[in-house]
This record gives sequence, C-alpha cells and structure tokens, in this order.
Amino acid sequence: MKIVSKLYIGIIYFLLYAPIVVIAVFSFNAGDSTSVMEGVSLRWYSALFEKPELFEALKNSLLLALSSGLLATVIGTMAAVGLARMQKKWMKSSVNAITKIPMMNPEIVTGISMMLLFVFISKNILGNVEVNLGFFTLLIAHVTFNLPYVILSVMPKLRQMDKFLPEAAQDLGCPPWKSFFLVELPNILPGVISGFIMAFTLSLDDFVISLFNGGDNFKTLPVLIYNYTKKPVKPDIYALFTLIVITILLLLVLSNLASNRDERRKARAKK
Amino acid sequence: MKAKSFFSRAAAAPHIVWSVMFIVAPLLFVLYYALTDPNGAFTLSNIAALPEYGGTFFLSISLSLIATIICILIGYPMAYFISRAKPSRQPLLLMAALVPMWINLLIRTFSMMAILDDGGLINTLLGTNLHIVGTKGAVIFGMVYDFLPYMILPIYTVMSKMDKRVLEAASDLGCNHFEVLLRVVLPLTRSGIVSGVTMVFVPSISTFYISQKLGGGTFELLGDTIERQFANPDTYNVGAAISLVMMVLILLSMAIMNKFADEDAEGGMLP
Amino acid sequence: MKKRFFSLCLVLLLLASCLLAFSSCSEEELPTRTLHVYNWGQYISDGSYDLPDVNALFEEYFNEQLAEKYGYRIEVNYSTYPSNEDMYNKIASGSGSFDVIVPSEYMIEKMISENLLLELDFSKITNYEYIAEEFRTDFNTYDPEGKYTVPYTYGTVGIIYNTDYVDEEDIGSWDLLWNEKYSGKILQFNNSRDALATALYRLGYSVNTTDHTKWAEATELLKQQKPLVQAYVMDEIFNKMISGSAWIAPYYAGDFLTMYDSNDSLAFYTPKEGTNIFVDAMCVPTCARQVDAAMEYINFMLSEEPALANAEYLGYSCPNTLVTESEEYQEYMLDWHEESLDILYSKSLVVDDYTDLKDINAENKRSFFHAISNTEENGNLLDYTNSLWAEIKIESSIEPWIIVTDIVILALLFAWWLSSFLRKRAREKSYTQK
Repeated sequence: MKIVSKLYIGIIYFLLYAPIVVIAVFSFNAGDSTSVMEGVSLRWYSALFEKPELFEALKNSLLLALSSGLLATVIGTMAAVGLARMQKKWMKSSVNAITKIPMMNPEIVTGISMMLLFVFISKNILGNVEVNLGFFTLLIAHVTFNLPYVILSVMPKLRQMDKFLPEAAQDLGCPPWKSFFLVELPNILPGVISGFIMAFTLSLDDFVISLFNGGDNFKTLPVLIYNYTKKPVKPDIYALFTLIVITILLLLVLSNLASNRDERRKARAKK
Repeated sequence: MKAKSFFSRAAAAPHIVWSVMFIVAPLLFVLYYALTDPNGAFTLSNIAALPEYGGTFFLSISLSLIATIICILIGYPMAYFISRAKPSRQPLLLMAALVPMWINLLIRTFSMMAILDDGGLINTLLGTNLHIVGTKGAVIFGMVYDFLPYMILPIYTVMSKMDKRVLEAASDLGCNHFEVLLRVVLPLTRSGIVSGVTMVFVPSISTFYISQKLGGGTFELLGDTIERQFANPDTYNVGAAISLVMMVLILLSMAIMNKFADEDAEGGMLP
Repeated sequence: MKKRFFSLCLVLLLLASCLLAFSSCSEEELPTRTLHVYNWGQYISDGSYDLPDVNALFEEYFNEQLAEKYGYRIEVNYSTYPSNEDMYNKIASGSGSFDVIVPSEYMIEKMISENLLLELDFSKITNYEYIAEEFRTDFNTYDPEGKYTVPYTYGTVGIIYNTDYVDEEDIGSWDLLWNEKYSGKILQFNNSRDALATALYRLGYSVNTTDHTKWAEATELLKQQKPLVQAYVMDEIFNKMISGSAWIAPYYAGDFLTMYDSNDSLAFYTPKEGTNIFVDAMCVPTCARQVDAAMEYINFMLSEEPALANAEYLGYSCPNTLVTESEEYQEYMLDWHEESLDILYSKSLVVDDYTDLKDINAENKRSFFHAISNTEENGNLLDYTNSLWAEIKIESSIEPWIIVTDIVILALLFAWWLSSFLRKRAREKSYTQK
C-alpha cells in the first residue's frame, strides 16, 4: 500500500511538474526561442533584472491575489455558514445558483460586464467624468470570481461538521459570534484555508478579467504577458517563473523541515 | 433561537449584498445585450440563432464531462493517499499539487505545447510522429491538468478530518482495503466530490484559452465562441445570448446533481 | 498547516513590501503630469538588446527641453494591449483614458467614423516630413485627409516556409497553403478576417468585397483546406515554425525575421496573387488629457534615435525615411538577414481596396483591410462573415468516440444512482419491517 501510494503520488507530480521543468530548462536557453535550445546561458536571468516593470507587475499581482483572496475568504466563509443555516430553501438555492455565475461565465463575459458596470456606476451614480479603473475595481472583480470557490470549499466541511455542536455551545450560554470562533471555525478551518489557497491561485493567474477592469496605474503580470502578441514570449519570462517556483518550493520544504523539527522536539519533551 | 437565526442571516448578508451588486447587476448588461440588436432595439433573434451552435454546446459539455470524470479518477486516489501520508508532510504534498498553478497559464500552456507538439519533446525523444496538439484528447488533457487541484483540494479537506475509527471498524468487520474505500470512505466524502465536480465541470465548459491553443484552433468550444463574439463590440449580442443559455444549462445540471448528492449526504452522513 | 501557511503569507507580504520600497520618487519644482501611452505589448524598444529605452529618452528630452515651455514635466505611463479590439473596448466604453494609442488601419477607420480620434496638431509634429511620401498620399486610405494619424510601422503578409521540407518549385503563390503534399504541416490564421483573406487573395478577389457569394466561395476554400491544416494559430506560430512542428504558415514579414533568428531554414515570400498590407499608426484619442504632450511624444517618435531603436527592435517595416536611409539601419538589417531589406521594403502597387486583384496586371499587389461592419447595403456583412467562420470551425468536429464515452459515462452514473436508490429503498424497508 505504501509503495503504491508513493508511486502514484510520484507519477502524478511528475506529470504536473513536467511543463514546469521544461520552463526551467528553456530559461537557460542561449537563443531567443522558447521551443528550440541553442545552448546554455544565464543571459535571460541578467536580462530579467533590467526589466523592473516585470517585478513591479509581479508585486502588484501578489498584492492583489493576497488581498482579494483574504477578502473573498472572509466573505465566503461567512456566507457558507449563513447558507448552511438558512431555513428558506428557495433563498438558499437561489443564492447558491447566483454564487456560481462568475464561475461558469467565460472570463471575458464577466470581465466586460463588470467593466460596463463600473463605467455605469462611476458616470451615472457617482457623476465622475473620468473612470478610474485600478486596484479597487480589480479587487472587486477578483473577489467576485473567487467567492464561489471559497464557498464551495467551506461547504463540505460544514456538512461534515456535527450540526449540534454550535447549538450545544449556545445552549451552554456561549454567544453566537463566540461559538462561531470557538466551535465552528476550528472545525471548518481546513476548508477555509484551502478556499483561500484556491482564491489566491485563481487571482494570481487571471488575465482576461484584469485586462478589462484594471487601469494603467496598476498592471498585473498575467496581463502584461497576455499582451505580448506582437512578438513571442522570450525566455526572460521563463526565468522569472523559474525563480518564483524555486522560491516557493524552497519555502515549502523549509517550513516542512521546521515543523518536523518541532514535532521531534515535542515528542522528545513528552518522553 | 432568535439570536441564532439573526446571526446566521447576518453571516450571509455581506455575500448577498456583494452578489447583487457585482454578480446580478453586471448580468443585467449581459441580459440586455442578449435581448437587443446592435442598435439597442428589442429582439429575440439572438436566441433564435442559437441552434446554429448546437454542435458547439454538445462538444463543450462532452469534453468537460469527460475531463471531470478523469479528474475524479485521478484526484480522488491522490487526495486519499495524501490524507493517509504522515500528517507533517500533508501540507507540503498538498501545496506541491498547487504550485504549478502559480505559473502563468499562458506560459504553462506554451510549455505544454512544446512537449506535445508535432515537433515537440515527446516526438523528438521517442522518435515518433504523433499528432497530439490539435486533437480533442489534448484539450481534455489540458483541462485535467489545469483543474485537477480544484478536485484534489475539496476532497482532501473532507478526508483529512474523517474519523479514522470508522475505517478501522469497517476493516475489523471484514472489509478489505477496496471495500473500505468503496463502502465507507466514498460515501463519507461525497460532499467533497460534489464541490470538486462543480469546480472542475463548471469552469471547464467555458474555458477558452486551453482549447484554442491545445486544440489547435481546429474546433471551437463554447468559451471560444463567446470570446470571439465578445472581442468585437459589434457582435456582443449573440455572444451574450450564448452565455445566458449556457448559464441556464449549467444551473440545471448542477441542480440535478445536487438533488441526488444531497439525498445521501443528509441521510448517510455520520452524526 | 495553519501556522505554516500564515508564515508563508507573511514571507510573501514581506517580499511584496520590499519590492514596494524600490519605487521611491523625488520632488521637483515643476509639477509633473502623466502621459498615458497605450500600445501593443512588446511594440517599442524598451532597453533590451542594447537598444535604448525610448520612453525614458522621451521623458529626458521633454523634461530638459520642453518642460519650461509647457510649465510641467512629463512622466510616461506606458501600458499595453493584446489586440485592436481590446484597445477599442477600453476606449469606446470610456473605461480608460489614454493620450497616445497605436491602432491598425481598419480600427483607425472605425474610430474616425465614431469620432474617437482627435485631429493632430501638425505644427507640433514637425518631424512628419520624414514620413515617406507614399504614406502621406495614396497609402493612407484609412485616413484619407491625413489628419488623424502618423504611421508607426507597417508590414506585409506573406508565406513563411521551411526550406528543409518545402520544394522551391511549390512556392510563389497562395496555392502552397492548399498543397496536399504538405498535409498536416500547414498553419492558418486563427481569426476570421485574416484567414478568409488568404482565400480571397488566392481567388483574386478584393478582401473588402461586399459580395456575399465571394465570401461564400472563400469559405468553401477554407473548408477544403481544413483537413490539411495542422492548427489555426496566432502567436503560437513562432514556436511551431521555429521548432519545425509546422512547415508553412502565412504571417507578417517582420515576424518572419524574428523566427529566422532562431531557425535559419525558414524563408519568406509574398504571393504573386497579391497580399495584405497593414499600418499601425499613432493617434490621439478624444479622451486624451495631455494633448500637447501627446503631440510632442508623436513628434519625438519620428526623430532619428527613437525611430531607429524601434525599427531595429521590432524588425517591422518602418515608414520613416530617417531610418530607411540610415546606413546603420541598413547594415543592421542586412546583418540580420541578407534579404531583409527586400522583404520589408519591396516596391509594390497598393491597389484600390475594392477592386478585385485579378483584374489588375502588376507584379506585386497589396491592399488594405477595411473594417467590416453591419449595414443595410452590405447585407449585415459582419454577421455573415462571422457565421461563415463558425461554419468552418464547427464542421465535422464531433468524433464518434466522444459520443460513445458520453453514453458510457452517463450510463454508469445512472446505474450508480439507481443502485444507491434501490439500496436505500431496501434499507428503509428493512427498518420499517422491524
């Protein structure tokens, strides 16, 4: 069993990481191409550091993904809790259906319809002559398409949780908000965290919605890359992503090592 | 009791307000375009033109369905094995499944094409002449690759807190590994599967970039068709009509799925 | 899991704030205004390849020589778009305000007709005199009076082929794209306008014809071609041609040079039946706020150093005589590809855009695209061409194995549902019996 599971996980990871390895390999290309190797060099890594706009865009992307992920997680978790306890069935199912809309619309429909909405609001309701799309409109758009993923990942945990736990807590005199933090949240936390991770991931990678709802003061990395249509993508972008992956994997391994040490220490302390 | 219902209603309130403002309101623009001609006059001709796209509807739904099933087949054992791994290693394994998604979709797709293309890595290494990019199989592969984490995560979160004693009880009562999985684990994790299916099936119906690149553009999926219509402001109308009908179709199929997922979830879930 | 995750977030946040610290600014006496330039992605010399960063050059030039005159300094905010349509979407909806844009000719025509472009102030754009004569006269059918645009680059569509696999006797005409010998190695444009145009050129028709039967004929040709086509592509073409996955593709002359950089087996020709010429031109949209600075920007782009840098960076044809007559440029281009100047600057006849090309007797013919729209006279041509394109894409696209797999999946799902339903009934029965 152990071997089977290790082998299986290994094969799937191999497949998942194959394109990433290819990206890493081409980032060392001496030539301009991302499909033919013409020798090995580090020139794209040095070229990378001459392009501050890439790092600026990366910073923007991370900022946006973090903030929209967090906001969506808070709103979405609350919504999932509220929905699970909602008595009226029609209301529950209609909220459920509406929530999924941004997920099933092609991004360009969500993107353009939100852009039209922002223009409409700012011209007709706020009375502005100019529409300033930027961080806040992007934040709204990203939270909107992140919400269904958060709700969908919290929901199963809520279903799995014993329904009577919060009731018991409240019967014992715990106020509802306190019972949420003390009883429910710890129970559904894995769902909340995976919801946040998904929201973060989706937001980090979005380009269509960001293209229409972002302004020129806040450019994100995927949009920048998506706009490279006149000329092919060069290995410098590959170099950037290789650095990103290496950083993330290093962080993951380090945190894993740290927690392993913690555990061992705890185990020793117990003895 | 009153306090509790107030709290639960309040919990979902921000989400409901958000949905009305940023999901329903933009949807009105889509509705407006679907029911008007380019001059703004009311018409049903956009809806009437839809049978022309019947083949595209069928193809998109078929490919997404197949991709979803493959995602379950691959993702479920994956989530199971991860949940049985050493607890300290689980977060690492889980995050490792997600990290490839933090690489830009466009770059990832280009890299996948470099592997699968006619003159790509596989054909060069194996010395074969396989035509992969440009087939429907390649599109399914792309969908599975891109959406697999959204299947693994919700199933894993439900599995991670599963009562291990139930599994032990089952094997004590004479179930073998396979029977435990089929009779006990599967029903207990059904809510996770439902979430995963939603998160894979729904977005893959409307995906457009993957199908354009890996499908070689030789056929169109719904997302491509809508994207093409929305690229030009003069043809918003038919695109809007297609996306409306698609939404209705997806909501219907989700309602059916929830119907038979709920039945068991309520009855079969352990207290 | 939780703790570790938050520490990860913290590290990411720290990284982000470190990056934030990089962007510091300095105070100046004169107020600074921002010039918003909106251009195609990677369509300007940005400091790579040892070429100057043109936007930085402009800032320097403006702030040193013109800041006093105008009473403010300029900072360029340069952003990019992937297609004409995306740019149009932003400007027409009013969700973006830009000072300089660089649309292609058919989009310029559309924007002029919708009053989205400002007339340029040629008293500020003195360098306009360097623009080659033909662009000021018969080339600019998209801007007949020459009031709104200053050309930035132009180019021709031709056929790129791999000399290792394609016989020399097969080249010369659009027929190569329909040659069964190369089945599965041919690429085609993945947008209706360009793809249908290849068929129209092959037939010798005008690409701006309003005659529906001609469009239908072109569609038939594309359907015939479909079994031979490996993929309908846009920017993937670079990788596919460079890696040798495909051997034949219609694309732009300037992009051929980029591909040649990485694969010197590639070659290029312009088909004898005639082909398409495009122009990307600098314009000022009506939503512009820094109109004066925009004019200065356009003017600066025409001066020698930036124009040369752009032309060398892009490899597209340049309408600026300061560039084309510069020896440095000519050497640079010949060093790139020995026929590059002939490819980029072939002398050809730009024909009236509505005449069928087969009626004109000339060696090299080129014509512009005009915007296709829905009007009563042309019988809703836009909708018509759209539905033709859908026909090409939808035709013969559902294979039996997909239907079979669907049926199997649905049958299994149904069986599963049925069995669990029956089991449940049985269970309920056994409870009630007890």
